[in-house]
Amino acid sequence: MSIDIDTARKVAHLARIRVPEEHLPELAQELSNILTFMEQLNEVDVEGVEPMTSVTPMRLKRRVDEVTDGGYQDKILKNAPDAREGFFAVPKVVE
Amino acid sequence: MSLNKLTIAAARDALKKGDVTSVELTEACLSEIEGAGALNAFVHKTPEIALEQAKAADARLKSGDAPAMCGIPLGIKDLFCTKGVPSQAASNILEGFKPEYESTVTQNLWDAGAVMLGKLSMDEFAMGSSNETACYGPVVNPWKVDERQLTPGGSSGGSAAAVAADLCLAATGTDTGGSIRQPAAFTGIVGIKPTYGRVSRWGVVAFASSLDQAGPMTKSVRDAAIMLGTMCSHDPKDSTSADIPVPDFEAALTGDIRGKKIGIPKEYRLEGMPAEIEKLWEDGIAMLKDAGAEIVDISLPHTKYALPAYYVVAPAEASSNLARYDGVRYGHRAKLGAGEGIVDMYEKTRAEGFGPEVQRRVMIGTYVLSAGFYDAYYNRARKVRALIKRDFEEVFAQGVDAILTPATPSSAFGLGEMADADPVAMYLNDVFTVTVNLAGLPGISVPCGLDAKGLPLGLQLIGRPWEEGDLLNHAHVLETAAGFAAKPEKWW
Repeated sequence: MSIDIDTARKVAHLARIRVPEEHLPELAQELSNILTFMEQLNEVDVEGVEPMTSVTPMRLKRRVDEVTDGGYQDKILKNAPDAREGFFAVPKVVE
Repeated sequence: MSLNKLTIAAARDALKKGDVTSVELTEACLSEIEGAGALNAFVHKTPEIALEQAKAADARLKSGDAPAMCGIPLGIKDLFCTKGVPSQAASNILEGFKPEYESTVTQNLWDAGAVMLGKLSMDEFAMGSSNETACYGPVVNPWKVDERQLTPGGSSGGSAAAVAADLCLAATGTDTGGSIRQPAAFTGIVGIKPTYGRVSRWGVVAFASSLDQAGPMTKSVRDAAIMLGTMCSHDPKDSTSADIPVPDFEAALTGDIRGKKIGIPKEYRLEGMPAEIEKLWEDGIAMLKDAGAEIVDISLPHTKYALPAYYVVAPAEASSNLARYDGVRYGHRAKLGAGEGIVDMYEKTRAEGFGPEVQRRVMIGTYVLSAGFYDAYYNRARKVRALIKRDFEEVFAQGVDAILTPATPSSAFGLGEMADADPVAMYLNDVFTVTVNLAGLPGISVPCGLDAKGLPLGLQLIGRPWEEGDLLNHAHVLETAAGFAAKPEKWW
């Protein structure tokens, strides 16, 4: 599967990574090479095989649905690049 | 002998006897670290915390209530969140981030009285095999045999270099596809990745959650047994942490492997494998046989597909895990121009904050998870992963106790030598180690010899799930028989 420039642009946008237009051909080539490497997987007969969901057979623990943690807004906001009045601040989202 | 050169076991015994104090051990390490700037291993130093912890450890030792790790000075990989101390995963996107919490693994170590010397460099977000993707610049391997500077391996390259150069007694590492075992092999030290679920992942910056495990990187197998025992615990904060007792791993080191079955997988005999690696492997087989083990040829037929499966699964999980770096909650945020909105903020922040390899993997992961390709790549890789695990289960069902393989396809290579290579060429470093992560098994790298250039080479032992004690015992026998005692000559 080879990736064209439009697909590379789309993937970069989906990944929310800005890639300058002039770097897209190189990116497309790199991604194509990696995908070609992955295509070896098509040689394997996977008929009837369940995709692995958990590497060790374990049932995830359950607990009562109740608040067990919290109450430290200041710690949550401490590392924010922009925090104001107890909130994370971001550029305007709605017009 | 300088105190920084001690093993954990020797330091523990000397501390208990009162022959040495933790403050003395810690000061010896801190002064070595100061003189080792050329290695670029320690990237955030914490001498004040270290001396405070060392004093507390000495008091505890005096009172007689001291666990094995009490007073032992350690280096911590930059992937572990440590409260109030930069924890950057060697990425610019986490510049300035100081966690308000402590990872479970490091908390377990501090609760046992261990001492933190500082944070160790690594490949950015643990993505790399040479430490060259670190935002701090590459770590340099203390082993040097010509004019070249060599890689310590990766991603736990800072940890490996620091232990090999005796800047600390031991270090924490993490292993998603070989990131403990490959650098351990490149630097002549021991590194174990435990069974998936043995060690809590809470507070460790996530790369690929179904593969990541932390483990110790040490100067001996005994040290690995001691330190692993302290790192392991059941942790309600990690839903995949196993609720099973942690045995005394050191007590498992009996040195007796008579009657044990060691599997030699034919699929690991790669075409074009250097003759030295082949010979090392043959020597290792002979050592285990001499110790009374039975050697059996085994087949792990899906081995060839482990690397491509890994390079679908790991980037897919990484693309989800790294979505959190959005410039909102922590770390770097790009400066925006007039009229730029939130999507510009995300895209510019991530372009500026992530290095090229991380960007590449996030985009590959995004692609294989995107509509229309999910089945063709991601689901197929998960099916192949199930087959790889089944290969191991069948071999263990035949009574095999441990599997012996080379740890790496070569000795350490020069920094910059892979710069122009295809990314896939770098991925081949993991060829012997990724299967273990895909199957969730414990694996250990043991230094077993030097190549013709004088660089260390390691062998890998793979064990049954949850049988780290037995695996460490096999490794202990191999270590004793190989008698690897070489150290890098100090040039830094």
